[in-house]
Amino acid sequence: MCLSQSVMNYFPEEVLEHVFDFVTSHRDRNAVSLVCKSWYNVEKFSREKVFIGNCYAVNPERLIARFPRLRSLSLKGKPHFADFNLMPHDWGGHVYPWIEAMSKSRINLEELRLKRMVVSDESLELLAKSFPNFKSLVLVTCEGYTTDGLAAIASNCKFLRELDLQENEVDDRKGHWLSCFPESCTSLVSLNFSCLKGEVNVAALERLVARCRNLRSLRLNHAVPLEVLQKILVHAPQLNDLGTGSFTHDPNSETYVKLKNAMKNCHSIRSFSGFLDVNGRCLPAVYPICASLTALNLSYAPGIFSNELAKLIRHCKKIERLWILDTIGDKGLGVVANTCKELQELRVFPSDPYGVGNAAVTEEGLVAISAGCPKLNSILYFCQQMTNAALITVAKNCPNFIRFRLCTLNPIVPDAATNQPLDEGFGAIVQSCKGLTRLSVSGLLTDQVFLYIGMYAERLEMLSIAFAGDSDKGMLYVLNGCKKLKKLEIRDSPFGNMALLSDMGKYETMRSLWMSSCQVTLGACKTLAEKMPRLNVEIISENEGGAGEGEASLDDRDRVEKMYLYRTLVGPRTDAPDFVRTL
Amino acid sequence: MLSHLNLEATELRLGLPGSIDDVPSNNKRPSPEDHQTPPAPKAQIVGWPPVKSYRKSTAAAKNEEAESGMYVKVSMDGAPYLRKIDIRLYNGYSHLLTALEDMFKLSIGEYSEREGYKGSEYAPAYEDKDGDLMLVGDVPWEMFMSSCKRLRIMRGADARGLASAQ
Repeated sequence: MCLSQSVMNYFPEEVLEHVFDFVTSHRDRNAVSLVCKSWYNVEKFSREKVFIGNCYAVNPERLIARFPRLRSLSLKGKPHFADFNLMPHDWGGHVYPWIEAMSKSRINLEELRLKRMVVSDESLELLAKSFPNFKSLVLVTCEGYTTDGLAAIASNCKFLRELDLQENEVDDRKGHWLSCFPESCTSLVSLNFSCLKGEVNVAALERLVARCRNLRSLRLNHAVPLEVLQKILVHAPQLNDLGTGSFTHDPNSETYVKLKNAMKNCHSIRSFSGFLDVNGRCLPAVYPICASLTALNLSYAPGIFSNELAKLIRHCKKIERLWILDTIGDKGLGVVANTCKELQELRVFPSDPYGVGNAAVTEEGLVAISAGCPKLNSILYFCQQMTNAALITVAKNCPNFIRFRLCTLNPIVPDAATNQPLDEGFGAIVQSCKGLTRLSVSGLLTDQVFLYIGMYAERLEMLSIAFAGDSDKGMLYVLNGCKKLKKLEIRDSPFGNMALLSDMGKYETMRSLWMSSCQVTLGACKTLAEKMPRLNVEIISENEGGAGEGEASLDDRDRVEKMYLYRTLVGPRTDAPDFVRTL
Repeated sequence: MLSHLNLEATELRLGLPGSIDDVPSNNKRPSPEDHQTPPAPKAQIVGWPPVKSYRKSTAAAKNEEAESGMYVKVSMDGAPYLRKIDIRLYNGYSHLLTALEDMFKLSIGEYSEREGYKGSEYAPAYEDKDGDLMLVGDVPWEMFMSSCKRLRIMRGADARGLASAQ
């Protein structure tokens, strides 16, 4: 150690910095900064990209002090279960303080990537005006802004390359945000406004696409009709990634013929999505590009008949990532299994979340995919039913799963053939898939499945549990066994104080723990908060308005409805609303 | 192998919210032995299935559209009662005609512009917006969908008359 350190000291800092340039992953750079003081300093001043998995684990001031040359920031706000309405509105995750602090400190921000955060128009305006070299804004599952904020970005960011809005809730003021891109803007490489609900100025859109010769990725919204798509493709045959808007037209029309011809010219499209409104008889227009597609997202296109879908998929032999609705059926999945030999990631979403409809897939589809697609490593599968035998077969066929998320439409459905819990099936998955980092379980499950998870899932980082387990033992198996666990989220399961308090130090090795509708009491949460000052233990009440009332009646012996705890360097947050109490 | 669940010892009988088995401890799981058929959760559990609200709201909007449907009456000469179908469920003429053949247990034959439906006694016709009786298949499908007010399966001489009206 001493020898290598003194050897390294012969290198001037510029050399160290140059070497560190090749170290790109966040974890590796973090490791580099722990070696010695001189490495820490060189790394600190050369770090440009920072990822913060929980925006409340640190604060803007500490970030800026730690990495003053920051150019690219990635922040995540609300926990995952907030996606499913389990977190009250206004819980937090505001980006404004971060932008304000970086603006004041003259950080040369170029990229901002946010997930599950609240973004106001003011934040966007401040962002647009504070950072002259700003290039890339990616907002995933964010909310809180309107198209006025987008207008500010379009007007002011002279070198904007990327504006990517994924599944945001945006208040569409039907303004002319798209027209705010000045004629001088030619730098766009990626533009995704598929989640916007309102009209855009199509003439402005066409002109924008025509002058941005480097445009590689374009995802349109529902309001952009097929006629306009056709014109856009004529301007931009170089696209790699295309999301159509509405895809419905009379297939006998001239417009449709022109579209077909324009598509034939798009030799570079590798990723395809959209079909936000589709007439299945227009699908043949896309057949020419199917052969080279590696990613296809049809999960927002409910109107496609399964025979048309099968025909389309038969053309897609190189698909690696497929997102689809369960209207595809087990038979359709059979077609995928026979055709898509390069498939790595499959997501099958429910088309009818509340019905017990015919449009659903079962264990048969999953088994077919596992048998036909040897490269499969990531799956999200919403299904009507499942069996242990199927899961055991899948585990044998696909030992390479990194992510395995199974969601039965009825959360506690047992094995469809034997009526037993699905413990053995999931046990087989964790035993076979040594590289598994993310797992979601569902169906009827006892403590046994957690015994298996604790025993075998050595690389597991994220685990989602709902309506499962019998006792504290279940949660204990997981906490004791999964050494690499970072995020644990549990709802409606009988885990209580004993499990929560058994290894309090464990939570400092994790990003966060969510428990809702479980058996933990206020008293236990208080104990935990007291013993572990570097954790924020938040108790979140149901009623957003009069939290005071609900609060007063809560006794130490009462169960806590929602608890969210996370490690932090900066203590209780200052922006917590009334209904959130940090113990 | 499944370890023996000693449920008697737990004192809790568990069930989904809203079911009679619900217990004050608010545990929402049924014991496996009682579990004959899984209760379909018509009483919707908050946040289940775990689908992003963004995705749910777009799906809801589509479902509303789909539910309105485009139902038209279908009569067949000589049949005692009429049927009704949603023409939005079909993706083209052949799909529609196959469905009609199934529904009325007959065979309709091949369409040709010149001769209408050759090869069978039956010809599918429809009443358009103007009230005229038209042969199915002459106009593009989308146009047909928007102008068809009701369908009529004709047979015999009338059908042949309609078909070879050129």
